Amino acid sequence: MALFQISEPNASAAPHQHRRAVGIDLGTTHTLVATVKSGMALVLNDAQGHPLLPSVVRYQPDGQTEVGYAAQNWLASDPKNTVLSVKRFMGRGRKDIAHVESLPYDFVEGAGMVRVRTRAGVKSPVEISAEILKVARARAEAHLGGELVGAVITVPAYFDDAQRQATKDAARLAGLNVLRLLNEPTAAAIAYGLENAAEGIYAVYDLGGGTFDISILKLARGVFEVLATGGDSALGGDDFDQRIFCWVLEQAELPPLSPEDARLIMTRAREAKEFLTHHAEAPITVRLANNRTIDLTLDAHTFAEITRNLVARTLQGVKKALRDARLAKADVKGVVMVGGSTRMPQVQQAVADFFQSAPLNNLDPDKVVALGAATQANLLVGNKTGGDDWLLLDVIPLSLGLETMGGLTEKLIPRNATIPAARAQEFTTFRDGQTAMAIHVVQGERELVADCRSLARFELRGIPPMVAGAARIRVTFQVDADGLLAVSAREQTTGVAAAITVKPSYGLSDDEIAGMLKDSVSHARDDAQRRALKEAQVEAQRLIEATQAALKEDAHLLDKAEIARIEAAIAKLQTQVLGDNRRHLTLAMDDLAFETQAFAHRRMDQSVKRALAGRTVEEVNAIAERAGEERREEKTNEGSAA
Amino acid sequence: MDLTTDFFTLFQLPRLFRLDLSALEARYLEIQGEVHPDRFVQADERARRQAAQWAARVNEGCLTLKKPLERAKYLLFLAGHDLEAERNTVMEPAFLIEQMEWREAAEEARNGRDHHALERLHHRLHQDLAGRYRALAALLDDQRDWPAAAHETRRLMFLEKLRLEIDDALAALEDEGIY
Ligand SMILES: Nc1ncnc2c1ncn2[C@@H]1O[C@H](COP(=O)(O)OP(=O)(O)OP(=O)(O)O)[C@@H](O)[C@H]1O
Ligand SMILES: [Mg+2]
Repeated sequence: MALFQISEPNASAAPHQHRRAVGIDLGTTHTLVATVKSGMALVLNDAQGHPLLPSVVRYQPDGQTEVGYAAQNWLASDPKNTVLSVKRFMGRGRKDIAHVESLPYDFVEGAGMVRVRTRAGVKSPVEISAEILKVARARAEAHLGGELVGAVITVPAYFDDAQRQATKDAARLAGLNVLRLLNEPTAAAIAYGLENAAEGIYAVYDLGGGTFDISILKLARGVFEVLATGGDSALGGDDFDQRIFCWVLEQAELPPLSPEDARLIMTRAREAKEFLTHHAEAPITVRLANNRTIDLTLDAHTFAEITRNLVARTLQGVKKALRDARLAKADVKGVVMVGGSTRMPQVQQAVADFFQSAPLNNLDPDKVVALGAATQANLLVGNKTGGDDWLLLDVIPLSLGLETMGGLTEKLIPRNATIPAARAQEFTTFRDGQTAMAIHVVQGERELVADCRSLARFELRGIPPMVAGAARIRVTFQVDADGLLAVSAREQTTGVAAAITVKPSYGLSDDEIAGMLKDSVSHARDDAQRRALKEAQVEAQRLIEATQAALKEDAHLLDKAEIARIEAAIAKLQTQVLGDNRRHLTLAMDDLAFETQAFAHRRMDQSVKRALAGRTVEEVNAIAERAGEERREEKTNEGSAA
Repeated sequence: MDLTTDFFTLFQLPRLFRLDLSALEARYLEIQGEVHPDRFVQADERARRQAAQWAARVNEGCLTLKKPLERAKYLLFLAGHDLEAERNTVMEPAFLIEQMEWREAAEEARNGRDHHALERLHHRLHQDLAGRYRALAALLDDQRDWPAAAHETRRLMFLEKLRLEIDDALAALEDEGIY
């Protein structure tokens, strides 16, 4: 199946050109876009030379949308139409959002997730995030001089399925081809690991604007392996601001505030927080709309006190991740600090105290995630630099399961399972003649379904009537390399399979995305059509090249007739690529895909065998013997290392 | 070699309980290096799906062979004894009484927030398990006495669960200590 793997080293056809790929760190506070140029990862600046793009979106009165610094200027004067920290709303209902009452937005409850009513209409967090990503994409295309092949988008490691799905939807809505969703701490580990040739167990402590992640990784030459991850997708610098905000309200004995005043105080709170990183105290001055002036001074000690339990919560997560990885603090060789909030002295101190060693701060905490994402993107599209190659093994942060009798959860895939992961389990009917079965998919660690996050509900219908307990319903969970889940169910005893695949209910369907895409392009139809045709042509070209390369390499896996059929399908597709009928083109692609199906299987087989090749029977036996001798005593320890 | 190939064959390891973990790890990384979806990002939908299936299967295999209890269950499964399917086997009373005693001791220590007592229990259980795994290795690899091995494995399923509970209790106590 290396059939379509263009980047395979031995499939070197033409000296391939550099593919335009980027990494995007879609942060709560800031977004960055980075790429690899001549073997070096670098962050792309805007026209004014700023590397950061504030993750702020404003819907202007004239119908235009502005993003970044320009939008940021309107936070206090146009709070309802200027959305900040939208990442905290991704895949979330209103009740999930912390301090929702102190936010100035008009929230509207919507299918799957909350929306914000703006002057441009009701906007979902997916649409708002897409605005940010569009700007990032435009910046990248301007720098790289053309359309992108794809992007790696980072997400907090602790993001659940709904949040991941929402992020992927936003990227697609921004017209990006998502190469992979990559966990932020993992991206940081890639950047750190490659730069420092680090080997051993490392922890990445990432405290950003809105999220906290801790990942424990094993770094070795050519392998980045995440052992465990933990965190809190609603704990970040924003919460420290919130603590100062509350402190100000208390000290100044303020009545309920207008959205404008609230936003202003929040901004001052953040400024004070950042000031305290380098000073012993911070003045806070605010002129309210009613002309009242507030003058306060916050000292570092008080600040540390009012935020003590936020820091403690992060350490709680660190402990849990270490336990899950079955490691002790002392096993950790270094702690890589990531995210703007790790600049706070009390955070540095707490981490140093906990690990009994100085944390590693030699990377720019703002940029490291984007740089790691760019490096991974570069690898994924096959722009290999100097023979660099590595395998990345990541995990899911939260267990996935099903509701069973009595509102209990049955876990199918445990947290920290390496992805991709798949697991099937059989269930049965509990009533005679039962013809349908409800399936409720949940994510979380708790025993009770009510305490977990509901991802999807669906029903398997058409089960033939049988006595209770006779039906065998096999439910399959599949988590892909983006950490996204697909679930299907099938009755086993009847030959006819009733199967359904669901996407978690927060995800948008492809049709919805297509619809939104169309809406968002002002000169809608034509553009969309042309774009679709172009995309199909690129895809078709890729398919042709890959198939030809595969034929050259592995024709021995096919008989003459098969080769002839594949070649005919290629020829047909080549004619269609030149035309402008997208439908015919797509059909021709399907035909070629059909003709190469068996070939792909055989090639996959061959790959696996090749990986196993070179092992003789003797060798296997030798391993067995050694196992017999060496392991006999070690067994004692191993029994407990499980 | 396909998605239903047994895990020992997949990793080219002898079908034994006494397993060379470092060989498993090396084979795992080698195969994953070939089939992981990151290698197929540019490929078409079907190839990507296949890669995901293979990678998932390889992950499952590694997990199954790595943990001694899972490995024992899997060896028994290959020999025709599916312990997962026959869940309600009756255990002999002496074992059950011993189980209850363990559990009571754990609960008492937990309720009394007695970290030290929990650690001691943990240590004792650890010793007990180590001995049982040694015995199980002989049953599985040397004597090939499947019924006896199945019996011992069923006991180990109880004891491993107990170990998890004690781990959780220890973790809960540690977490309380942080605030
Ligand atoms: N000098 C500083 N002292 C304290 N906090 C700071 C400092 N500089 C930046 N921050 C805080 O860092 C946070 C932003 O960090 P960062 O840019 O890493 O977050 P993000 O990537 O946008 O968010 P996330 O990763 O959570 O999605 C903000 O809360 C900001 O106030
Ligand atoms: Mg970040």
